[in-house]
Amino acid sequence: MSDKIQKVSIIVSKGSLDGIYPGLIMGNGARMEGIEANLFFTFFGLYAILKKYMGSIKIATVGNPAMRVPDAKGFPLPTILGALPGMSAFATHMMNKEMEALDIPPIPEFIEMIHDAGGKIYACKATVDMFHLDLTDFCPQMDKVLTVGEFYEISAGGQIIFT
Amino acid sequence: MPTKTLAGTPVDTDDEGYLVNHSQWNKDVAAALAAEEGITLTDGHWKVLDFIDTDFKERSVVPGMRRLNKVGNIPTKDLYALFPDGPIKKAARISGYPKPVSCV
Repeated sequence: MSDKIQKVSIIVSKGSLDGIYPGLIMGNGARMEGIEANLFFTFFGLYAILKKYMGSIKIATVGNPAMRVPDAKGFPLPTILGALPGMSAFATHMMNKEMEALDIPPIPEFIEMIHDAGGKIYACKATVDMFHLDLTDFCPQMDKVLTVGEFYEISAGGQIIFT
Repeated sequence: MPTKTLAGTPVDTDDEGYLVNHSQWNKDVAAALAAEEGITLTDGHWKVLDFIDTDFKERSVVPGMRRLNKVGNIPTKDLYALFPDGPIKKAARISGYPKPVSCV
């Protein structure tokens, strides 16, 4: 196929479980198809590659009108109940169980898998400065902290996907 | 359904070149399928192909990357080195099994 995608650069800008996974699945899926993949983590999305926090990413149960309990075809979860202590942890636990059954790895393992597959993991310079982070805060798979300009240079000739 | 001859064996494939009848598969067919991908099979490749074979017979599905890692004890890096640019798709095709249906 002459119109095969050669390269994707995926921006992960959200720090909730449902904000992070789509970018990881698309990045990993790209590598599985032989497509070059760059993942650029910015704003709260950066938490996906901060070693202290990447293992405890949660689903937001507030402000998500599509959220249903106890499963995807259940009752809508009212925002006021979503705000109860433990609700987010519970919803996250339920979803992690579903993902484990599908062999979708937890975030730290997924980042390692993408990196081992040859995908590049980048952190946003502006966010690093704003959050007062340094290199020791990141997981070892993080390749480089990039400015927006460098991100565009690396992305040249490919598709850019914002999540 | 296309039929072609690989290593002297006639095989039926789907439009993407995956075998539709695993009973037509043998090690010489595997070598011929691998050659189509530009791969010469080594012991390292056979470790992957044998695991897919055992696992498919057990679960009727091509194992995903994580299962190959955790159950097959084959690291992601090795899989990409052995079957560049699409490890599971290529390994599944060479093993004579269908195109993988999982997203991960």
